[in-house]
Amino acid sequence: MLSKTAGGLFWMFRYLERCENNARLLDAGFRIALTRSATAKAEWKSVLSTSASVDDYLKHHKSFASASVIDFLLRDPGNPSSVISSAKQARDNARMVRTALTREVWEATNECWMTLKALLTKSVLEQDLPDVLSTIRQQSALVRGATHGTMMRNDGYHFARLGTFLERADNTARILDVKYYLLLPSIAQIGSSLDNVQWETILRSVSAQRAYRWLNGSNINPVNIAEFLILNDEMPRSLAFCYENMEGALAHIARQYKTEKPSHELARSIQSSLVDTDIDRIFEEGLHEYIERFLSENGRLAVQIQTDYRF
Amino acid sequence: MLNNDESVREPYADYSQWLNKEDPSRILRKSAQAEAFFRKTGITFNVYGAAEADERLIPFDVVPRVISAREWRKLSRGIEQRVRALNAFLYDIYHRQEIIRAGRIPAELIANNEAFLLAMVGVNPPGGIYTHIVGTDIVRTGPDEFFVLEDNARTPSGVSYMLENRETMLQMFPELFSRIPVQKVSNYPANLRRSLAACAPAQCTGKPVVAVLTPGIHNSAYFEHSFLADQMGAELVEGHDLHVVDGRIAMRTTQGDIPIDVLYRRVDDDYLDPLNFNPDSMLGVPAVMDVYRSGGITIANAPGTGIADDKALYSYMPDIIEFYTGEAALLSNVPTHRCSEPDQLAYVLDRLPELVVKEVHGSGGYGMLVGPAATKKEIEAFRKKLVARPSNYIAQPTLALSTVPIFTEKGLAPRHVDLRPFVLVSPNGIEITPGGLTRVAMEAGSLVVNSSQGGGTKDTWVLEE
Repeated sequence: MLSKTAGGLFWMFRYLERCENNARLLDAGFRIALTRSATAKAEWKSVLSTSASVDDYLKHHKSFASASVIDFLLRDPGNPSSVISSAKQARDNARMVRTALTREVWEATNECWMTLKALLTKSVLEQDLPDVLSTIRQQSALVRGATHGTMMRNDGYHFARLGTFLERADNTARILDVKYYLLLPSIAQIGSSLDNVQWETILRSVSAQRAYRWLNGSNINPVNIAEFLILNDEMPRSLAFCYENMEGALAHIARQYKTEKPSHELARSIQSSLVDTDIDRIFEEGLHEYIERFLSENGRLAVQIQTDYRF
Repeated sequence: MLNNDESVREPYADYSQWLNKEDPSRILRKSAQAEAFFRKTGITFNVYGAAEADERLIPFDVVPRVISAREWRKLSRGIEQRVRALNAFLYDIYHRQEIIRAGRIPAELIANNEAFLLAMVGVNPPGGIYTHIVGTDIVRTGPDEFFVLEDNARTPSGVSYMLENRETMLQMFPELFSRIPVQKVSNYPANLRRSLAACAPAQCTGKPVVAVLTPGIHNSAYFEHSFLADQMGAELVEGHDLHVVDGRIAMRTTQGDIPIDVLYRRVDDDYLDPLNFNPDSMLGVPAVMDVYRSGGITIANAPGTGIADDKALYSYMPDIIEFYTGEAALLSNVPTHRCSEPDQLAYVLDRLPELVVKEVHGSGGYGMLVGPAATKKEIEAFRKKLVARPSNYIAQPTLALSTVPIFTEKGLAPRHVDLRPFVLVSPNGIEITPGGLTRVAMEAGSLVVNSSQGGGTKDTWVLEE
C-alpha cells in the first residue's frame, strides 16, 4: 500500500472522529449553559481547551458567549478543528485515497460532507442545536457503519482503525485533563449538587452516562468515573479500550507485513501500563500527572506510526 | 436525430419509438435522479479560478447519441489510420525527420514549436509507442460526412464520463438495452490496463506495475484519475510518492519502495520533471526523464506527443497521413487557413463574421472567436489581436454541426454535439472503444461544447452490426 494511502486513511478517520467528538463536547457544554447560566462561560472555556483551541478562539473573540463559541466550534472555517473543517479534511483525505475505499464508504463520507456543509451554511440557532448535533453524529455513524460493513480487513482498514482510536484516546484524555480537578477526592464537594452536574457533563461528553449508571447505579462518584473512562475495557471511549484496539490493529499489520516496527513495542508498553495498574495507583501518582503523561505518550505513538510506515 | 425532411434517422428509429410512448414527467424525474447520483458519487470536476472548493457537475442529458454500425465502421477505420500516422510521424520527427527532408512540412514549423521536445530526440519509447491513449475529436455534418477537429495526443480526458454515462443509462432505463442492441463500452478499463502493460520497459521483470500519476485532488479531472486507477486496479500516485531508486522510479509504500514499470501520467509535459522541464513544478518527479531515457520506465503518453496535435500542424494532417501510410486520409480535416501566410490572413480578415478563429496553442475553447455568434465589438477586438500576431492563429469555416436533441422541461430541443472516441495503442494493435464521449452545447445555437464553458455530455451508442 502506498504510504500516502496509509496516511490518508489514518487521517481521514482521525478527522472523522474529531468531527464527532466536537459535536459531543458541544452537546455537553450546551447542556450546562442551559441549566446553569452562571457557570456557562467557564464551561465553554473548558470545552474549548478540550478541543485545544482556546488560543485560536481568543484571536477573534473577547468573551466566551454561547453563540460565538458554538459558531466557532461548529462552522468556523478558520478553526482547523471545527466540525466543518474536520468534515472537510476527512473528505479531502477520502478523495485522496478513494481507490482504497469501497464505494459505500466514499459515498457515505461525501454525503456526510455535503449534509454538514448545507446544514452549517448559516449560524445555528440555539433551538436547532440539538437536531444539528444529532445529524452530525448520525452522519459520522453512517461512515463508520459503511466502513465496518464493507471494507476488507487488510492493512488499509487497520490504518483507519489506528486513526480512529488514536484520536479518540486523545479526546477522552483531554476531557479528563481539563476536568481532572473535579474528579479529585475532596470531602467538601461530595454529594453537592454542583458536582453531580459537572460529573454528568464529563460522562455526557463521551456519551457514557447510561453505561455508567448501568454499571454503578445512581452512585456517581469521581473515582469511579475516572476508572470508567481510563481503565474499563468494555467502555468504547476509554483509554484501555482504545489501546486494546490499536494494539490489535498493529498486530494485524505486523502479521500481514511479516515484520514489526518500533511503534508496536511502544503501543504494547502503553497498553500494559493501562492493564497493569488500578485506579488507586493512578490517584497515588496524581491523576493530572498520569493524564499528562498519557497524552504525550499517545502523541509519541502517532509520530512513531507515521515514521514506521513512511507517511 | 432527424433527417432534413423531419423524419427520424434510421439509427434512432427504435429509440424514438420508445421515447414517444414514455411519459415525459417520468423522464424528467429520472433525469433529476441522475444528477443526484452524480453528486453523491462525486463525479464532479473542479473549475480553475472559481470560488473555493467549487466542484461542479457536468450536465448530463438522458437522450443518447446513436451511431449506426455502418457509420462506426467508417469512423473507426479513419481513426485507426490517423492514429497509425500520428505514431509514425512522432517517431520520425524525433529521429531522422524524413518528412521535413521530403519537403512535406516546413522545418520551422517544428524547430520553432514549443510542443517539440528536444529531450525526446533520439529516444526510443518502449514498444515503439508514443500515443498510448488518443481521443480524436470528431463532428458529423451530414449523412456519412465526418470531420476531425483535433487529435488530442497528449492526455485526453473524458473517458470516465463515457463509462459513467453508460452506467447511469443502464440504471435508469434498463429496458432500453434489452430492446436496442448497443455495443458495450465497459471493457475499456481492462483494455487500458492490458494495453499499458504491453508497453512495459525492458527492465520490467514479472507482472508490470502500472500507476496513474495525478496532480492531486484539486485537479479538474481528479475524479477521472481516481476512477481509472480504481477500475484498472492500479495505484494512484502523486509526484511526491515517487522517487528514483537504483535507476528506477519507485513509489513509497508502507513496506518499502516498489519500482513502477508503466506510468500513466495525467500531468502535462511541462510539469512532469522539475529537473528537466519547468523547475517550479511541484507535481512531477525529479529525474523521471533520465530514467525514461535509460529505459527504466514507460511514460504514457510519451513526452513530446504534443507536437502531433499542435493546431499549427493540424492543417498538414492529410499530408502526414499520406506520407506515412501511403493512403489518402479516410476522415476529412476541416479546411484550415493558416493566418501566418499573408494571403490567407487577408482572406480571413475579410470573412471574420463567418469563420471560427482559434489560437494555435489554446485549448478548452478559450481564446477563440466564433464569428457567427460574436458581436461586432467582439469581432473588432479579435481583429486587432489577429493582426498583431497572425502566426498565433488558424481559421476554419463554421461547420453545420449535426444536432441531437436534449430533454428539457419543454420537451425535446436540438443542440449541437461533437464526439470523442477513445483509442488505445500498444504493440499488439490499435483498439477503439465503440462509443466515446458526446459533448453537447447546452445553449440553443451554441457551438461551444467544452465542459469548462457549460457544455454537457450524453451517452453514446454504437449499434451492433
